[in-house]
Amino acid sequence: MSDIFDKYEPVIGLEVHAQLLTKSKMFCSCAHAFGAEINTQICPVCSGQPGSLPVINQEAVNLGVRAALALECEIHEESIFARKNYFYPDLPKGYQISQFERPFCTKGKVEAILKSGESKWIGVTRIHFEEDAGKSVHAQGGTMVNLNRAGVPLIEIVSEPDMRNSQEAGQYLRALHSILRFAQICDGNMEQGNFRCDANISVRPRGQEKFGTKIELKNINSFRFVEKAIDYEIARQIECIERGEKLVQETRSWNSAKNMTEVMRAKEQAHDYRYFPEPDLPTLVISSSWIEEIRSEMPELPSAKRQRFISQYALNAYDAGVLTGSKEVAGFYEEAVAKTGNSKATANWVANELLGRLNAAGKDIGDSPVSVDHLAELIAAVEGGKISGKIGKTVFEEMFETGKSPSAIIKEKGLVQISDPAALETAIKKVIAANPSQVADYKGGKDKLLAFFVGQVMKETKGQANPALLNTLVKKVLDSLP
Amino acid sequence: MTTFRKAGVQDLLEGYQRKEFKPSEVVSGTMAAITQLNPELNALLETRSEEVSARAKDLDARMGEASKLPLFGVPIAIKDNILVRGWKTTAGSKALQNYVSPYTGTCVERMEAAGAIVIGKANCDEFAMGSSNENSAYGPVKNPWDSTRVTGGSSGGSAAAVAAGLVPGALGTDTGGSIRQPASLCGVVGLKPTYGRVSRYGVIAFASSLDQVGPFGRSVWDTARLLEVISGYDAKDATSSRGVVPRYTEALALPSADSLRNINIGIAPEWMEGLDPEVKKSFDAAIETAKGLGAKIVEVKLPHAKYALSVYYLIAASEASSNLARYDGVHYGTRSKKWDSLEELYSRSRGETLGREVKLRIMLGTYALSAGYYDAFYGKANQVRRLIQRDFDEAFSKCHCVAAPTSPTTAFRLGEKMEDPLTMYLSDIFTLPVNLAGLPGLSVPSGVDSKKLPIGLQLIGRLFDESSLLQVAHAYEKARGPLSHPPWKGDR
Repeated sequence: MSDIFDKYEPVIGLEVHAQLLTKSKMFCSCAHAFGAEINTQICPVCSGQPGSLPVINQEAVNLGVRAALALECEIHEESIFARKNYFYPDLPKGYQISQFERPFCTKGKVEAILKSGESKWIGVTRIHFEEDAGKSVHAQGGTMVNLNRAGVPLIEIVSEPDMRNSQEAGQYLRALHSILRFAQICDGNMEQGNFRCDANISVRPRGQEKFGTKIELKNINSFRFVEKAIDYEIARQIECIERGEKLVQETRSWNSAKNMTEVMRAKEQAHDYRYFPEPDLPTLVISSSWIEEIRSEMPELPSAKRQRFISQYALNAYDAGVLTGSKEVAGFYEEAVAKTGNSKATANWVANELLGRLNAAGKDIGDSPVSVDHLAELIAAVEGGKISGKIGKTVFEEMFETGKSPSAIIKEKGLVQISDPAALETAIKKVIAANPSQVADYKGGKDKLLAFFVGQVMKETKGQANPALLNTLVKKVLDSLP
Repeated sequence: MTTFRKAGVQDLLEGYQRKEFKPSEVVSGTMAAITQLNPELNALLETRSEEVSARAKDLDARMGEASKLPLFGVPIAIKDNILVRGWKTTAGSKALQNYVSPYTGTCVERMEAAGAIVIGKANCDEFAMGSSNENSAYGPVKNPWDSTRVTGGSSGGSAAAVAAGLVPGALGTDTGGSIRQPASLCGVVGLKPTYGRVSRYGVIAFASSLDQVGPFGRSVWDTARLLEVISGYDAKDATSSRGVVPRYTEALALPSADSLRNINIGIAPEWMEGLDPEVKKSFDAAIETAKGLGAKIVEVKLPHAKYALSVYYLIAASEASSNLARYDGVHYGTRSKKWDSLEELYSRSRGETLGREVKLRIMLGTYALSAGYYDAFYGKANQVRRLIQRDFDEAFSKCHCVAAPTSPTTAFRLGEKMEDPLTMYLSDIFTLPVNLAGLPGLSVPSGVDSKKLPIGLQLIGRLFDESSLLQVAHAYEKARGPLSHPPWKGDR
């Protein structure tokens, strides 16, 4: 394939719809909890009753501005809402309130970290507010509409056509997802449709400035699918051009069962949305003092957090990266450190043991059976010499399986480390008595056998012996033998 | 039994305070008058006698509040494009034939809180589109002065109900003259407030940037009382003004209110050309009366007002094409029985239920907003709209209000202009610019023509200065003296 990419250059731009974490809808005071009973979160406004009017949700504007700050956009003091007109049963007013000619912010950027470790800045053309549509529910006897989602606040984040392959697109999307989650703008749940992606893809001969024919891919609901769909579409378009066919501008969708894109709508079926300024809403004014207020409440973003972890907790870049992979992991780590006071040991336990185990179990940190308190207690037990590191891992495994506290497990299984020299000496003497030939060999100069005796005593004490103390004592007892 | 037909808002309030009668007695009289006269007038569409009687009885028990509630026991008609919970709201359209309001509009909520009794929903042109009330799916309203003639529109039912004495006051809506023109043609007072003065929440939108709710009364005082109740900021309407609402009726009670000594009234020569001679005569006489009260008359220029008709029909139709998209038979309203596809569901439901004029304006507006035409039509119209606003700004640097005829003619015959929409549209040439500029406008009767048909004087004010309009109209009304009433047909 490498030669074909010498000949053609793919051009990709992404449009992301992110649901804002507000308590109420964009233009009315209805709640919008996911999974509520059908048509219970509706009112005259979001169900498009005659005479109802929209009112801008200030909380949604706050979150939008937060997104604009996080993506380093230029925020416009004045922006206007516009109506996008089309008929569809999930759109009760016959138009969607959005922003068109004058969005509230433009010209931002997102840093995508590529697998090579290099970073690429992807331009953000604009972010604008809009309301979600309802959902068609296909049931026996016909199609019904659930309006619970109608009017839910969204921001649409439109990227520049800066991406050249699926990896760049995927990494841009992951970075964006992480920023929105960190800044508590959007919960990022892709299965629930709270973070949705459309991709615009075209291919042009390398060196040509003009873009090729644009294909729009709609509603792709996972990072993997976005990458797969883009790869598929690039290959399809190149094949098309190579065969001498003319590509037609159209909208396609990703069929994840068939692993291919399919035509949704041809250009002739494209809507004329007849945008015009929403006369029911005044100009949205975002003053600089309002922006500053939002800036001061801005949660820490992923890159800043990573840097802080490196300097504050003396972590290496890799661990800092792992521990700031999500807001929840970072929060878990910081809480644990506050309790243990040992940033490196805690980093080790969280990054390697806990995340590794969660990953293997297919769980998120939010569902961790091991609580911050329990993990901190375990780390303290190991670091304080109450149990050995090795026993610690056994205890951790038990904690993960049962959710019990480490002290309960240690007590239950009698795993407390033996640091009493008298008790250890008894065990050592027992081992010496049972292994006369090895004692003779040791005495004959085979120093390496020391490890054998340590191992045997460890076995005798069911691994509970304090390893450092044990080493000293074994040597002392053996050396004191005649 | 008295029908209370001649009692105005003020008369009723005074009567209640003197405990001369109770709300249920007034309502019984009103209902009797409606039963007797409405079948011919067709002014009211729905009346719900049980609910209305219950409400009146409730107020009977609260007679002690008569002096506190500004509309205690006053029967009111509400134009049928304003929602009142439990009442049908059809907007004069088949598309909403069986639509029962799930909530109450803010203006009605305020009236009810003030003690008013909603007595009926008033007929109107379909979705408030029309100047004769002949576009209602429920038949035209007849002018109480001459039942072969139109009431004007689109708030024809509200104007006729007040003129015929079915109710002392009513609410209408005015997008391009829909309160003032029927007020003029029916010989009552009608006021279109400044855009933003009255909440539009619960008012079926025709053209959102122009629509405004306003009152009808048989006197300026009655109109002022209704206005002060319905005005003011509403958190449910983002375009409503946070400005403080003056106590309009208190200002009218001041002795100084009878003089126009410090008032400058502007007249635009552009508007005096080609007027019906009888309308012109009445206007000139009204101006003479104002002069006699001490008003100074100044000449103002409104050079862009002549574009108002074109500008209005582009802006109003564009907004309407979007506002009326929801009447598609999917979620509520009338759905066609014959459809096999989604597209057919839409086209048949809308095709079968929307009237000719409404379809015409939807098509015009859809075209004006289409890709490639937006700048030339909607965009350009908005530019000219600003020029019209600027004309008025300039005029108001010289005067407190601008006077003009409300309508170029008196009530025309039913059917006379139905086949010629352009002639019909010309009925509103003096009222349209006022909506485009967002200004308040009032129509007060200035006499009758030789056919005994009423003529209206329009006063146009500065933004949020309804007070001046009411004061000038009130002083004029007093000086003019009682109007010869429409024949109080069937009065007992």
